[in-house]
Amino acid sequence: MDFSFAKEYEVCRSMFREFAENEVKPLAEEVDEEERFPLETVKKMAACGMMGIPIPKEYGGEGADTLTYILAVEELSKVCGTTGVILSAHTSLCAVPILEYGTEEQKQKFLIPLAKGEKLGAFALTEANAGTDAGAQQTIAEDCGDYYLINGSKIFITNAGYADIFIVMAMTDKKAGTRGITAFILEKGMPGFTIGKHEKKMGIRGSSTCELILEDVKVAKENVLGKLGKGFGLAMKTLDGGRIGIAAQALGLAQGSLDETISYTMERKQFGRAISKFQNTQFQIADMHCKTEAARNLVYKAAWKKDRKEAYSLDAAMAKLFASEVAMEVTTKAVQLHGGYGYTREYSVERMMRDAKITEIYEGTSEVQKMVIAGSILR
Amino acid sequence: MKIVVCIKQVPNTNEIRIDPIKGTLIRDGVDSIMNPDDKAGLETALQLKDDNPNTTITVLTMGPNQATAILREAIAMGADEAILLTDRTFAGADTWATSLTIASAIKKIGFDLIICGRQAIDGDTAQVGPQIAEHLNIPHVSYVSCVETKGSSLIVKREFEDFYQRIKVQTPCLITSLSSMNKPRYMRVGRIFDAYRDLDIKTMGQVDINIDPEELGLKGSPTKVRKTETKQAKKSGVVVELDPKESAEKIISLLAEKYII
Ligand SMILES: Cc1cc2nc3c(=O)[nH]c(=O)nc-3n(C[C@H](O)[C@H](O)[C@H](O)COP(=O)(O)OP(=O)(O)OC[C@H]3O[C@@H](n4cnc5c(N)ncnc54)[C@H](O)[C@@H]3O)c2cc1C
Ligand SMILES: Cc1cc2nc3c(=O)[nH]c(=O)nc-3n(C[C@H](O)[C@H](O)[C@H](O)COP(=O)(O)OP(=O)(O)OC[C@H]3O[C@@H](n4cnc5c(N)ncnc54)[C@H](O)[C@@H]3O)c2cc1C
Repeated sequence: MDFSFAKEYEVCRSMFREFAENEVKPLAEEVDEEERFPLETVKKMAACGMMGIPIPKEYGGEGADTLTYILAVEELSKVCGTTGVILSAHTSLCAVPILEYGTEEQKQKFLIPLAKGEKLGAFALTEANAGTDAGAQQTIAEDCGDYYLINGSKIFITNAGYADIFIVMAMTDKKAGTRGITAFILEKGMPGFTIGKHEKKMGIRGSSTCELILEDVKVAKENVLGKLGKGFGLAMKTLDGGRIGIAAQALGLAQGSLDETISYTMERKQFGRAISKFQNTQFQIADMHCKTEAARNLVYKAAWKKDRKEAYSLDAAMAKLFASEVAMEVTTKAVQLHGGYGYTREYSVERMMRDAKITEIYEGTSEVQKMVIAGSILR
Repeated sequence: MKIVVCIKQVPNTNEIRIDPIKGTLIRDGVDSIMNPDDKAGLETALQLKDDNPNTTITVLTMGPNQATAILREAIAMGADEAILLTDRTFAGADTWATSLTIASAIKKIGFDLIICGRQAIDGDTAQVGPQIAEHLNIPHVSYVSCVETKGSSLIVKREFEDFYQRIKVQTPCLITSLSSMNKPRYMRVGRIFDAYRDLDIKTMGQVDINIDPEELGLKGSPTKVRKTETKQAKKSGVVVELDPKESAEKIISLLAEKYII
């Protein structure tokens, strides 16, 4: 057993950290306040290869792995939860499934520009009446010979307003239930495909979360991703991987708020001493540190297993459940230890607490993670 | 175009601490970085390569084995080839012996353009770049803040405190770069994997540069650093903010108080 990182991971992590400090942190407050998608950051991430980390070089990526990608999401999220999820959704939910399920033509056409960061990716499963019950898809894809005609709508789609390539789930056989769901690759600007309402959110406010409207969208048969009727399984497997990304986002938020709290409590004086001298502060910080570190171990282990091509679905669910709950707890405590200042927008812990909440909800709520975990141990 | 960039590993601090007994740099507890002026020089080379992909960039450092860290960093930023100049006989070199060693190596490697940093933040002499040019008998321009190519010449901007010169210089030549001239790019993820996983760094020693050991290292150094000490910080100055006439009177009285005038 070896918990140390090889040199290349250390160097990647310090590069991500430097990038986050210099390019991302200075924008975080504004991106949140103005609900502004940081497109310029996406371009900068592309320039250092961050948009294609686990994608092989032959498909325009960096030929690194899940663990490296996770380190990037963690470091970005330490300073800006919005930027963390942009990378996570793009990589885990769009580029990776095309790598894993796409045909050679699809990889050439879609994966290369995604991995180079020339195009941004999104993934659309959720509908108004199909959330946790994702199998209850109402979007229909009708077989018209050479092409499918897609009708329906999706909600809450991350990156939607700025994405170029979308993986969209639709029913190709209504009678077959989840076995009638198929995944399609759609491109921005296809006739009949429009972006609807942009959600106003509690946190990750710079992230673009929108509705997709699909009205008689003609999609060629070569845009079917994976096999006909296998879309549900593809979506579930994709979310297994995505959960490690969201767990890393949660981990980053926890660590980021803890770092802020450590420096704040050492500076803030009450009763003639730094508040870090009070035992309550020390015990809170000790708890926050332990839990964050425990979350980190679960997150890295899930990524490591995925990289070793071992079954990791259970590990990803545990990592996501634990890290997101730790993020909520640690960011809440961070606000508490900042007192009234922590409740104001002057201090970033206020934003981090709002950002943390979503990690318990998307890519499967905490309840869903518990179902996955229980399901795989009570057999 | 073939560009050689000379990069030096330096302690990551502006406040060099000196061991008062040994007179050497205290490196403990300070991590090492690529000298900032050199990193800007490398970025300049990379930008020339962005404009003309037909460019090859070789980075070179003279130092102990641990200096390979900055060579790998340079490769991860986009350099094509890295060379470590290392040999027992190189140790203890002053700027003369350092520049002779580096110039001899570059002569073997071949070049159209050599880029050095203006100055290393530890040794601080700003001599090595111009001396390399002299050893190679080529033109050099120091304090460069901007470079364009024009055929086989370069148009460079040479920065002074309150003015600049635009100079046309024929290659092969050497320039020394200022850290303020650009913002060096980040390393690229995939290149980090290549550079730190399985890249063999080419090394050159005394045999390869073929210079008499008597001319190298401590033996070949006319300068011996006898003593180095950290200066006491000066007291902070006083700013006089009055109208010119009153200011002048005030300053005169202050100087008189201290028996300076
Ligand atoms: C900001 C944001 C970004 C998103 N990005 C994407 C995206 O990019 N792509 C995408 O496809 N989707 C996305 N989603 C959708 C997200 O994954 C869903 O919101 C989530 O899965 C929950 O579905 P729901 O909102 O319909 O809640 P519901 O399913 O209605 O759940 C409501 C509550 O009931 C609980 N519940 C439901 N069923 C059960 C059960 N059987 N047992 C116990 N408890 C249960 C849930 O845990 C939850 O607490 C995003 C959502 C948000 C808010
Ligand atoms: C505190 C201190 C004081 C010193 N004082 C003197 C002195 O007064 N006279 C003297 O002769 N020597 C002196 N030395 C030794 C001198 O530092 C070395 O000779 C050194 O190798 C080069 O000088 P520099 O650091 O001043 O570099 P500079 O001349 O300031 O460096 C200019 C550029 O040359 C290139 N370069 C320099 N060194 C290397 C290298 N090893 N590998 C690759 N490229 C390089 C880099 O591009 C660098 O930016 C001193 C050293 C120290 C630590």
